[in-house]
Amino acid sequence: MSATSAVAKEISEIPSATVRFCGDSGDGMQLAGTQFTNTSALAGNDVATFPDFPAEIRAPRGTKAGVSGFQIHFASEEIFTPGDQVDALVAMNPAALVTNLADLVPGGILILNSEAFDDKGLKQAGYATNPIEDGSLEGYQLFSVDMTKLTRLAVESLNLGVKESDRCRNFYAMGLVFWLYDRSMEPTLRYIEDKFGKRPEIAEANRRALTAGFNYGETTDALHSQYRVAPAKLKPGQYRNITGNQALAIGLVAAAKLSGKELFLGSYPITPASDILHDLSRHKNFGVRTFQAEDEIAAVTSAIGAAFGGAMAITTSSGPGIALKGEGMGLAVMTELPMLIINVQRGGPSTGLPTKTEQADLMQAMYGRNGECPMPIIACRSPADCFEVAIEAWRIAARFMTPVMLLSDGYIANGAEPWRIPQVDALPTMEIRHPSASENGDEFHPYERNERLSRPWALPGTPGLMHRIGGLEKQDITGNVSYDPINHQHMVDTRAAKVAAVANDVPLQEVDGPETGDVLVLSWGGTYGACATAVTRARQLGTSVAHAHLRYLNPFPRNLGEIVKRYKKVLVPELNKGQLIMLVRHKFLVDAIGLNKVQGKPFTVAEIVSKIQELVK
Amino acid sequence: MSTDTQQPSGSLPVLQAADFASDQEVRWCPGCGDYSILAQMKKVLPTLGVPRENTVFISGIGCSSRFPYYMNTYGIHSIHGRAPAVATGLKLTRPELSVWVITGDGDALSIGGNHLMHAIRRNLDINIVLFNNRIYGLTKGQYSPTSPLGKVTKSTPFGSVENPLHPLSIAIGCEATFVARSIDVHIKHLGMVLKRAAEHRGVSFVEVYQNCNVFNDGAFDYATDRSQKSDTTIELEHGKPLIFGKERNKGIRLNGMDPEVVELGKGISEDDLLFHDEKSTEPTLAYLLSRMTHPEFPEPIGVFRDVDRPSYDSLVNAQVRDARAKREGDLTALFNAGDTWTVN
Repeated sequence: MSATSAVAKEISEIPSATVRFCGDSGDGMQLAGTQFTNTSALAGNDVATFPDFPAEIRAPRGTKAGVSGFQIHFASEEIFTPGDQVDALVAMNPAALVTNLADLVPGGILILNSEAFDDKGLKQAGYATNPIEDGSLEGYQLFSVDMTKLTRLAVESLNLGVKESDRCRNFYAMGLVFWLYDRSMEPTLRYIEDKFGKRPEIAEANRRALTAGFNYGETTDALHSQYRVAPAKLKPGQYRNITGNQALAIGLVAAAKLSGKELFLGSYPITPASDILHDLSRHKNFGVRTFQAEDEIAAVTSAIGAAFGGAMAITTSSGPGIALKGEGMGLAVMTELPMLIINVQRGGPSTGLPTKTEQADLMQAMYGRNGECPMPIIACRSPADCFEVAIEAWRIAARFMTPVMLLSDGYIANGAEPWRIPQVDALPTMEIRHPSASENGDEFHPYERNERLSRPWALPGTPGLMHRIGGLEKQDITGNVSYDPINHQHMVDTRAAKVAAVANDVPLQEVDGPETGDVLVLSWGGTYGACATAVTRARQLGTSVAHAHLRYLNPFPRNLGEIVKRYKKVLVPELNKGQLIMLVRHKFLVDAIGLNKVQGKPFTVAEIVSKIQELVK
Repeated sequence: MSTDTQQPSGSLPVLQAADFASDQEVRWCPGCGDYSILAQMKKVLPTLGVPRENTVFISGIGCSSRFPYYMNTYGIHSIHGRAPAVATGLKLTRPELSVWVITGDGDALSIGGNHLMHAIRRNLDINIVLFNNRIYGLTKGQYSPTSPLGKVTKSTPFGSVENPLHPLSIAIGCEATFVARSIDVHIKHLGMVLKRAAEHRGVSFVEVYQNCNVFNDGAFDYATDRSQKSDTTIELEHGKPLIFGKERNKGIRLNGMDPEVVELGKGISEDDLLFHDEKSTEPTLAYLLSRMTHPEFPEPIGVFRDVDRPSYDSLVNAQVRDARAKREGDLTALFNAGDTWTVN
């Protein structure tokens, strides 16, 4: 479309909007998205985000392979997903347009950087003709802006090179979108000062580009309507915007402090888990020690050494790294030392889709080790939820003297949402006891168990409790090496019973919706938002449907078997080929139905609603 | 590694070798060289002034790696090749402990090569003792990364075609700050080397020639046989010329970059010989010594290198201490970092 008439700018109040910035991976789209997210959060909206970027740091410029996107859903009501479709799309080049246009709602706002739509750019995206001119975009509100030229003009007097001027383009695009949604530029101006303060000319250029974009919206005739999304009615409290990886890191530090422990992280960099290592390495003033190990195996085994010494030991990775840790995890199970193994899942198998999300490592978490090697498994459902799950995982590990697998995924790790900041005094403290020499008489028995079947955590440095542990089968009670057949049976059974007993120590499963009915949606991990929203929507359509979202995957909450039998049908949506469903069918003999997708992308709400409706037809 | 004892004098009970023996039956083959190393270790430990409860032995997999079970200290018999990594986690979080890694040629140099290399280059304050028997014993007789070319074993029936590694060359290549070699049956020498290793602050790497009398018997006969050992080995002493031979009439001289065996007299005096300098900051000399192998050269035993460099664990813990001294972590501040907003 073209805006030809000058009309008075009006502001429309809308309940929510979804915006996606997309461009080359060097175009700064992740930054634009993050800034817009923070600004919206600070304006009081509920937000949910979906950053989506390629595995290559810089794919060839202008190609479809190099397109990076960031989607933000912001609303005046509580929301749980980044949105199925986008209301406004900012595309910095033809490749970004062609790969993202399908997600723009009919009649949606489309902002393009016209300068990039030259012959080369069009050819790289596979356009025979220029979509800006050929009428193919008529169904959208098209704003074609030469952002490159306007940004260069805005920073002209600073005498930066062309390259550096063009680097400010994302701030221009941000400014324009800020105006469109009536957003304050203040938080981003503060960010610019913080980030570029040491290079005043770059800071000034970014400020000017941002302001120029904003002013373009305000003064030109091109855009004649602004939108406003009022603050959401969230639970009262202090909030901040947080990603899943940030929330995990903060939760882990909190868990260490609450349990009077010092945190040790052994980790090898891997997408999408590395940010946890980055964050924790900054928190040395909490007594945190981070060890960037030589490989994944050293990462897990260093954690075992730290656990033996009495630290809160953690290793973080993603699927391929978890595969390498398999033998180490077995040693942790055998030595019955508490530690956390965190898997931020990504698309597999093998190297798979490093930057895309998937939840296909549940079977790996359950069974991906040699021998009978059970381990509690706990999963986060959203970015902010990572905080609580981190604390809960450590509580279970320390209480039961067992390694615990914590599952997150790329979608949760990089996505952001408002986090209601807890009061420190309101968090549960954990008391962890280590035996001293006096209470154990003459002989210390490292494998003598308490009522939870957990063994004593005796630390080196304690006189009289010298003992040796290792990967060979242990004799019951004494912990000495034993090859006795009956003892092995007993120890395998005992380790399994200990993990099973965790179910007695965790809350009963809650169900959202009717107690009985046609359909139960049973989900876990990062699909929470899509499933919860879909169930609400299906109920609005009159469907009798409830939702149970699992935090505890091994063992299951002790009422789950009874819950799944209360509904005529059980639907298990998963971003894999059907893993939770296999466990549920096996454990409860329920004829559950799967909804499975492995496209490196989260479920849309519509996909789940449609499946629910199909089941009740 | 260091052996600091912060106990007030008099509070330490006087320990004997027997105090370091666990109640477990030792299950190495009769005649195994490991017995001798175990005996020397038990003798050395009471002389270090470190309480048993502050001593931890960590091993991987292999015959040598059963060692921790036989020591009345704390211990972990971990998984194959990973003992240096386990030790890293423990030592970083409990720097006051005296940590020993017991490993073998397969455990350290084959499956665990990566961890060995990195523990050494980081200069973690631990003692690594590598029992080198040039064979896989626990799996019953396959060639190892230190088996010589041509070695006939179960898995090389036509002779090994792999070039062997020299453990000390690896350690020195990673710039180990303490490097030494001894032999299982040279019990006094072995005891001296273990004690020096324990006293060193930073990583200590000790190779012990160890006879596997079942699968590789006599591999080190050339170095242990009384009739020839003074010609086939050379004992390193700091600041002293490299002299060897029954008559002590032979020495090692540098010819350009290459060592050569020379006879003393006939115009060659002690001053012409290579003088050992274990404190040399450059690892070149130590590396050169590690390359001297039988039968071309007498093989050096003793301390190759002993230099000072801050240990990894001390540096890591100094950063933690400094950060805490500046501002002790506060959860409320951590939670509220960055932009926040209030909903009423």
